[in-house]
Amino acid sequence: MSKIQKTLRDNIGFFFVIPWLVGFLIFKAYPFISSFYYSFTDYDLFKGISKHTLENYINVFANKQERTALIITFKYAFMTVPLKLVSALFIAYILNFKIKGVNFFRTAYYIPSILGGSVAIAVLWRALFNDEGLIRMIFGIFGIEGPHFFTNSNWALFMICLLRVWQFGSAMVIFLAALKGVPTDLYEAAAIDGAGKWRQFFTITVPLITPVIFYNLITQLVQAFQEFNGPFIITKGGPRGSTTLMTLLIYNNAFGGTYKMGKACAQAWVLFVILVLFTMISFWSQKHWVYYSDEDGR
Amino acid sequence: MANVQTKTASQAQRDLERKRRISLVIRYFILIVVGLFMVYPLVWMVGATFKNNSEIFSTMNPIPMKPTLDGYVHAMDNYGGTINIWQAMLNTYSYVIPEVILTVISSVLTAYGFGRFKFKGHDIMFTLMMAMLFLPQVVLNVPQFLFYNKIGWVGSKFYLPLIVPTAFAVETYFIFMLIQFLRNIPKELEEAAKIDGANVVQTLTKIIVPMLMPAIVSCALFKFMWASNDFLGPLLYVKTPAKYPATIFVRLSMDSESGFEWNKALAVSLISILPNILVFFAAQNQFVDGISAGGVKG
Repeated sequence: MSKIQKTLRDNIGFFFVIPWLVGFLIFKAYPFISSFYYSFTDYDLFKGISKHTLENYINVFANKQERTALIITFKYAFMTVPLKLVSALFIAYILNFKIKGVNFFRTAYYIPSILGGSVAIAVLWRALFNDEGLIRMIFGIFGIEGPHFFTNSNWALFMICLLRVWQFGSAMVIFLAALKGVPTDLYEAAAIDGAGKWRQFFTITVPLITPVIFYNLITQLVQAFQEFNGPFIITKGGPRGSTTLMTLLIYNNAFGGTYKMGKACAQAWVLFVILVLFTMISFWSQKHWVYYSDEDGR
Repeated sequence: MANVQTKTASQAQRDLERKRRISLVIRYFILIVVGLFMVYPLVWMVGATFKNNSEIFSTMNPIPMKPTLDGYVHAMDNYGGTINIWQAMLNTYSYVIPEVILTVISSVLTAYGFGRFKFKGHDIMFTLMMAMLFLPQVVLNVPQFLFYNKIGWVGSKFYLPLIVPTAFAVETYFIFMLIQFLRNIPKELEEAAKIDGANVVQTLTKIIVPMLMPAIVSCALFKFMWASNDFLGPLLYVKTPAKYPATIFVRLSMDSESGFEWNKALAVSLISILPNILVFFAAQNQFVDGISAGGVKG
């Protein structure tokens, strides 16, 4: 009895994580593993599984539609993430100077991040980029015929990209907190040595906040590769499939009327492996470019 | 000679002062221009809800020249006779609020268990938990749907697939954030409480929770925003129009045959995000603190 009591007392913390453990097993581990299994089958929601196959995976690369979706996903991520991070860092850098009304600007820049994920903002985007919308009117002021965002393949993707770049606020807030941590005497020393503001930015600021750049890079990449709401609501994947990201294809296969669950699982797994690879590459490369202040030397 | 030197010195100082002033002007200029890009679409949106449909696309001026409440009047329309915007918002919060409460409780329990205790399997479970930060939702969507479908939760009147998982600490990000916060809370108080005879549950409710309050508030706020913006969840799991939440309702208002009534679509959108806007302005510092804490200490 006392032995049981002792075991209980020594492991009392375990009771607090039981809910998490149950959730992990039911809502994460089981779906994860079953999805891996389904990805090698022709699982159809109504017909079930009739064969095991590698076809799903082969098709991701062999089938033109799927390959295109993969390419568009890459294009989207590599357009959105750098633009977003550069804007976030640039504005955070300016805000970090002793600027009057910092809080006002910070709020203004942050609002889109908080609201931007909503369907409401997607509706707004459709109104803004409409053929008669505000954006094309602005082009008009400069005497330029603005692009037709909903019929031009390249511009349609860029419009979605702009929606996410517009939400650079949360990355900016993280950068701003990091910039506040850079000791000001470093800047003063550099100024005495005659380094200009730009020089200071690239030789002091950037190296010191690389861990945060790294953090933002990974979270933004993971988000970008999973983008769904924007293209689904604003362009429905069109025109001519030019905004059909991998996530939309997965949705279409699984829930868009065909119920090809096996195929959708395989596509999701390809996306997952790509994300894991990117995360691993970033982690591996951080050895070379991320500077952590608790390491000795610089 | 000395005279000349002081002259050039003051000259240099004046140059420096002028340079500083110019760069200050440039900074404000950039901040204001970028700020316009951030805020103008939202201001334009508010204005557009008070315009008639022809005025929306004829001017860039956000202030309506012929103000009308038509948009709002039509925004009250029923969809298919079963649902209107108010009912949709009621639906939204009928699952958002339980989600927020359950997420906070389950995440605090888990963070407390992992952060303050050692037990058998602690390290392996902690590693698994942290690994979940990198498990993208996209790979779980299809198998989770299949699981909920199997147990008959798809189309549930009580939004079971949306609410139930949150009772099991599925939002790893919040656990992570709370553990980070917990690490900075000294253990002395807890030890004192233990000596006074408090058990682990009392320690949690009387000492840990009050100290963790700022982090708990941040978690609750973010969960509130994310859950009320959630689109894919309701899209997959809510099947009866009478149960549609605001996100789905907003999309319908745009896609239905009356979709060209932009003032209506924008009014519906604006109403649907009004609670989020209010919450943001009431608690913007908590948002900023929450996001900085998660990012920088990570």
